[in-house]
Amino acid sequence: MTRTVPLRFPALSAAAAATLMAGLIAAPAGAWEPTRNVEFIVPAGTGGGADQMARMIQGIVAKHNLMKQTMVVINKAGGAGGEGFLDVKQAKGNPHKLVITLSNLFTTPLGTGIPFSWKDMTPVAMMALDEFVLWVNAEAPYKTAQDYVKAVKAAPAGQFKMGGTGSKQEDQIITVALEKATGGKMTYVPYKGGGEVAVQLVGKHIDSTVNNPIEAVAQWRAGALRPLCVFDKQTLPVKDKIAGDQSWADIPTCKSQGLDIEYLMLRGIFMPPGVPKEAVDYYVDLLKKVRATPEWEQLMKEGAFNQTFMTGPDYTKWVENEEKRHYDLMKEAGFLATN
Amino acid sequence: MSTQSDAPEARGPSHRHAEMGTAAFMVLLGAITIAGSLKVGIGWAAEGPQAGFFPFWIGALIVASSAFNFLRAYAGGGRRLFAEWAQIAQVWKVVWPTAIYVGAVPWIGIYLASALLIAGFMRWLGRYGWALTLGISIGLPIIIYVTFEKWFLVPLPKGPIEDMLGL
Amino acid sequence: MEDIGNLLHGFSVVLSWQNFLYMLVGIVLGVIIGVLPGLGGANGVAILLPLTFSMPPTSAIILLSCIYWGALFGGAITSILFNIPGEPWSVATTFDGHPMAQQGKAGEALTAAFTSSFVGALFAVVVITLVAPLVAKFALQFGPAEKFSVFFLAFCSFVGMGKEPPTKTVAAMMIGFALAAVGTDTVTGQLRLTFGFTELLGGFDFLVAVIGLFGIGEILLTMEEGLSFKGKAAGINPAVVLQTWKELPRYWVTSLRSCIIGCWMGITPAGATPASFMSYGIAKRVSKTGHKFGTGEIEGVVAPETAAHAAGTSALLPMLALGVPGSPTAAVLLGGLLIWGLQPGPLLFVEQKDFVWGLIASMYLGNVVGLLVVLTMVPVFAAILRVPFGIIAPIILVICAIGAYTVHNNSFDVVMMLVFGVAGYVLKKCSYPLAPLVLAIVLGDKAEEAFRQSLLISQGSITVFWSNGLVGTIMALGLIALFWPALSNLKGRLLAPAVR
Repeated sequence: MTRTVPLRFPALSAAAAATLMAGLIAAPAGAWEPTRNVEFIVPAGTGGGADQMARMIQGIVAKHNLMKQTMVVINKAGGAGGEGFLDVKQAKGNPHKLVITLSNLFTTPLGTGIPFSWKDMTPVAMMALDEFVLWVNAEAPYKTAQDYVKAVKAAPAGQFKMGGTGSKQEDQIITVALEKATGGKMTYVPYKGGGEVAVQLVGKHIDSTVNNPIEAVAQWRAGALRPLCVFDKQTLPVKDKIAGDQSWADIPTCKSQGLDIEYLMLRGIFMPPGVPKEAVDYYVDLLKKVRATPEWEQLMKEGAFNQTFMTGPDYTKWVENEEKRHYDLMKEAGFLATN
Repeated sequence: MSTQSDAPEARGPSHRHAEMGTAAFMVLLGAITIAGSLKVGIGWAAEGPQAGFFPFWIGALIVASSAFNFLRAYAGGGRRLFAEWAQIAQVWKVVWPTAIYVGAVPWIGIYLASALLIAGFMRWLGRYGWALTLGISIGLPIIIYVTFEKWFLVPLPKGPIEDMLGL
Repeated sequence: MEDIGNLLHGFSVVLSWQNFLYMLVGIVLGVIIGVLPGLGGANGVAILLPLTFSMPPTSAIILLSCIYWGALFGGAITSILFNIPGEPWSVATTFDGHPMAQQGKAGEALTAAFTSSFVGALFAVVVITLVAPLVAKFALQFGPAEKFSVFFLAFCSFVGMGKEPPTKTVAAMMIGFALAAVGTDTVTGQLRLTFGFTELLGGFDFLVAVIGLFGIGEILLTMEEGLSFKGKAAGINPAVVLQTWKELPRYWVTSLRSCIIGCWMGITPAGATPASFMSYGIAKRVSKTGHKFGTGEIEGVVAPETAAHAAGTSALLPMLALGVPGSPTAAVLLGGLLIWGLQPGPLLFVEQKDFVWGLIASMYLGNVVGLLVVLTMVPVFAAILRVPFGIIAPIILVICAIGAYTVHNNSFDVVMMLVFGVAGYVLKKCSYPLAPLVLAIVLGDKAEEAFRQSLLISQGSITVFWSNGLVGTIMALGLIALFWPALSNLKGRLLAPAVR
């Protein structure tokens, strides 16, 4: 069966693909290859961070002809992504299905009681980790995280509003951690998407956010938002100037500001349970090729991602630890499902 | 709206009973909504309504308005027919094949099921010749396959036949 | 007048034979996507997005935005012909469009719908051209309380408008709200009303309900009458476009009002669907022939189509200027912008002039091209109604099933479609109004979310809904709309003695 490209668009940049392919080790003959369209499940809505990354991967695969078959992105956002994960869990042994995960891999089963865990799936690879940054409106009086903490402490309980994506998910977990670190009490306001959260902060409907870099970067560049600190061990690696003479690398870590909070979000790929080892190897190889493209590099830079790449036992181990951490975090915050 | 003939020989379920049945079913839906809301909390917490607050009152309104509708239908007499039995039979002729169709889709895939539905409908309800029937019932799923799977890359449910063909 | 210069520059960017070709292709694809329920504009754009990565961004956005225009146009076709809205915002078009088709006036209805769409879009593009930065600031004013007030206004301008008994309207609407509540509660993240069924995790999608209630329900109603379409088949008359055009200027007030409603809804962003309902509701209230709405009034097609298209077009503005998508399709386009290396946001208008003004220019041209394409196809579309029911009915059933499936890629939705279909048949026979039910499914959870976010922000104080001029005004408008029938009744009574 040949792959049919809808309509005749200008030929894919064959030269670029060729140079790229030359630099990579070709898969040994007789290795597993997909024999039909590969479904790429996104357990979140269209336009969000996970969706963007999935469509980016799909686009790179198509542009550089990395796979003979076509990759199809499908959104299954219902039940905080539970719908998508259950779909993968039920597709036992189907090697033509991938799923991209975000923190809801841990938070959804813990917070809603939907019956699945990452153990019901086959880990493929960690593509990147997404960072979190504390943002305030550029017109707000606090210039540093310390000023911010002081203001939170001074304000009456609940008067400070923190906006974030979803409920009992990563943004709210960080908010609870912030409350604990500062000793102040904030009101968490959940919204549907990260872009909306950033704009609500620009419109001063909320006081602060913990948006991912890519969700808020445009508003920062326009001088509407101000980053205070990043929730990571070290500062971000990207040194390109973004707003005025500031770059991602200039944002201090929260720890250096007296807020000992660290949170990174998984952007990883999983497959259904019981798939052949050869298929997993095939996709690991494919994703490695994706990571070598200039488009991927550009995305990583723009979103100031942490570019850790893991596969196999390392990845499994990491996910295992992360699940334990989320269980503790959610238990402390009182977010565990009661039923 | 009502297009039934009032000819004396027409027979069928009465409109009154249909109205009462519909209202009773809605009361049931309202009750289910209330039961579901109670599970997640229907109170007004410090920071606004809980998850079940709105659904609870929605359920209550469904029950109240439907109970009223039920009583009104019960009190209102009239011999108006909901539909003649012959008309109901006509509607039923579409409902049961479609019911089998939607039940079969997950098992045999949407393409085969659609071909069977169209063929059955055209042959037995429309009384078309085999040539036209087969032409459309086989042609349309192929067109759909090409449009959705190949052109727009939207996968539709497939069954054992498609697996065999390796599609 | 720097903007005009920019726009002219934009035209020079866009006007190449290649881009023109992309426009044509985009419109035709869009119409197909709009016609097939379940293949929404968002789908179409998402699917074609990866293919455009190797194109220059301006050409890519032209292709994709033309798909978007095409889908907006196409949504009206099945609404009018078969009572099946291909897109959520075409539901209100069925109310008068389908009765017109049943009376043999499918050509008129289609022409009116397409022309109104064009007018709405054109108005919105002019707004974007002239006042983009200003409008972006206006959009920033909309927090949760303001959003709730907009939804409140949309409801109020629509409810209580039927002749059906009020308790039936309430029952139908509340069922819609209940269905909208199923699934995950955004504010607490809890699952509710799912009763442990994993099929219900995603809740009831509006499109599944609409395809069932309207599309399948209509087929069942038709079956009751025997194997034929109700009413006359449309005559194939090539001059129908011109004849309808002669009639349309009469409704300029409705058009203008709908344009304004549409732009407002698109920018805030509440979206095209509430815009179309609100515009229909208000037109019905104020029109002299309002009592005839729902029986095939051409004004009842003009109002929702104009507003939907104005909203759909202006929804692109917050996306470009703020990076917030005003519609699902805009959300996918937003992803595209990022991939092409363009950062949507306040600086896009400054840094990427070629792209922004090229896009705006393509909005003008794309709509003109789109209108020409769809208008030439009007007689063809109208002719579909001449296909015998015995052939078209099973095809509609199949297309509806596919539409229901593709919404969530879920076979359970296909079963629900049939359940909704039977429910639609029974409810219609028992004279329950379906429109409030549908409106409640669309806006119910959004309205609840906005309400609860507002209360979180105000720390539980309900005064937040009249805490500033903007939200207070919109709430007041909503209340006026709600009590309009009573008010006009009162006015009638006060004036009556004077007449005697």
